[in-house]
Amino acid sequence: MKRLHRFFQTPEAIAGALILALLVIMALAAPLLFPGDPQAIAGPALLSPFQHWSLPLGTDRLGRDVLAELFHGARTSLAVGLTAAAAALLVGAVVGTMAGFAGGLIDEVLMRITDAFQTVPSFLLALAFVSIVGPSLGVVIAAIALGAWTGPARVARAEVLSIRERDYVAGARVIGMHPLEIAFREVLPNALPPVLALSSVIVAAAILTEAALSFLGLGDPNRVTWGGMIAEGRTVLRTAPFLSIVPGIALVLTVLGVYLAGEGVVESTAVRRSLS
Amino acid sequence: MTRAIRLLRRRLVGSVFVLLIVVIGSFLLLEAAPGDAVDAYIVSTGGDAGMIELLRHRWGLDQSELTRLANYLWALLHLDLGQSVTFSRPIRDVILERLPTTLILMGSATALSFGLGSALGIYAGARPGSFRDRFLSIGSLALYAVPGFWLGLVLIVVFAVDLRWLPIGGIETIASAKTGLARAGDIATHLVLPVSALGFIYLALYLRMMRAGMAEAWRQDFVLAARARGLPRRRLVLAHVARNALLPLVTMLGLQSAQMLGGSVVIESVFAVPGLGRLAQEAVAGRDTPLLLGIILVSAVLVIVINLLVDLAYAFLDPRVGAGEAGA
Repeated sequence: MKRLHRFFQTPEAIAGALILALLVIMALAAPLLFPGDPQAIAGPALLSPFQHWSLPLGTDRLGRDVLAELFHGARTSLAVGLTAAAAALLVGAVVGTMAGFAGGLIDEVLMRITDAFQTVPSFLLALAFVSIVGPSLGVVIAAIALGAWTGPARVARAEVLSIRERDYVAGARVIGMHPLEIAFREVLPNALPPVLALSSVIVAAAILTEAALSFLGLGDPNRVTWGGMIAEGRTVLRTAPFLSIVPGIALVLTVLGVYLAGEGVVESTAVRRSLS
Repeated sequence: MTRAIRLLRRRLVGSVFVLLIVVIGSFLLLEAAPGDAVDAYIVSTGGDAGMIELLRHRWGLDQSELTRLANYLWALLHLDLGQSVTFSRPIRDVILERLPTTLILMGSATALSFGLGSALGIYAGARPGSFRDRFLSIGSLALYAVPGFWLGLVLIVVFAVDLRWLPIGGIETIASAKTGLARAGDIATHLVLPVSALGFIYLALYLRMMRAGMAEAWRQDFVLAARARGLPRRRLVLAHVARNALLPLVTMLGLQSAQMLGGSVVIESVFAVPGLGRLAQEAVAGRDTPLLLGIILVSAVLVIVINLLVDLAYAFLDPRVGAGEAGA
């Protein structure tokens, strides 16, 4: 409770938490408020916002309900952002722990592979991966995680390098624990906090990458995405700019909410550390 | 300059390994792609099963995977990236044609984000905790949350559609027959919007780094000492606090180059700028996997070169770098 209280001390953190809460509600309520296919035609094409009470945000080029699409898009954005970030953090933590704990040749090889992944622009890698394997939700998630695990890996490795010299690790060795068991049961959990501190940045980047991929037409074709909505609206940018502007604002608010909440968490834990 | 040469040598050796991993990785992706070069060739020319067999044999595609990898590496050593399916031309030529545009776009965007970002960072970091500091910090966070391609569309709506100040896309006016300075000016006006869209996103990064570094430096002893000597505030801020916060930004310049290249893919698509990024999108649309992987390889080389240059600049700025390894 104390930590929660500390989290809600800065206005930034409160704003971030509010935005994220709204987003989660949108994602959860989408199938209840807008049952049925959000990609189905709901009214006349290119209806402007605030014209009709049942279609408050108007319709797109094909007469689909923009508000319903916006709600269902929140589901995709959140699902992809959170899953891809979780996968990247997991892979990064495991690779970093192995490299830092094993040292020697294993460390050298793993870190060169990390270098290679950091040398290739992660968006190009995701683009190539999706275009070769084919666009579906799982592939998009994997493609984003593929370019995002290197940061957590480096942080985990640096942390493990300092932890592996501690007394309790030496103790675990003395009682004859298997090195893998030491690495993943003793060292990894203690190396996690600085790795997890990266999560807000990684979630935000994952949401932006997903949007950019679906903007270029490489999203899951069976799902509504904000990036896809922006791309759709682009074809009528001169006459109906709101079709591109509205989902873009949703994206900006989402990513901003993730950043602000992340800063709040870091700040509240920083206070905790300086107090202890 | 031996310090720089030592640094360069160590970095080059590491780069060779990194590049080798990238090449093997892209070979694996190429193998995973459905169909091979012969399929692509037959689609455009037509031919029977016997001809397919003959071509596979002639192009070495019926050999084992290791032999094919060796062939791939051998071709790359001769700077041969293969044949583009969609353009029916050597991939190397297509990429070299598009590269300068992307370099201009990236260079200008980097200059914009680094210059304006660090200047605003100094302005915010001069008084940590003040109103302008909080305003710029929140503002930069909001800017950092904006997707580049969406910012591009908004800029198009405002400056190209509504105000009609700037062209909507492309790199120069088609068939205008402009030459010399007039042509350079034409290209510059076409680049204003894409450079802004790409540069403004990353501006926030440099602003925040500069501000954080300065907030840190204010707490250091040397700043206290400089203050005690009665240095004028302007000199204190610029020559002591800001100068110490500047070095990490230079490192960031190299690290960001890969991000910038990735970002230019979408920006070039939005503004129809015929660069490397737009080429990548065309390769995706045309299912031209060899071209796409060629672009990835060239980008990796580009990122390595940029980071080498940044390292050299860093060694020049900070005399401590590389000095400790005299015996190595």
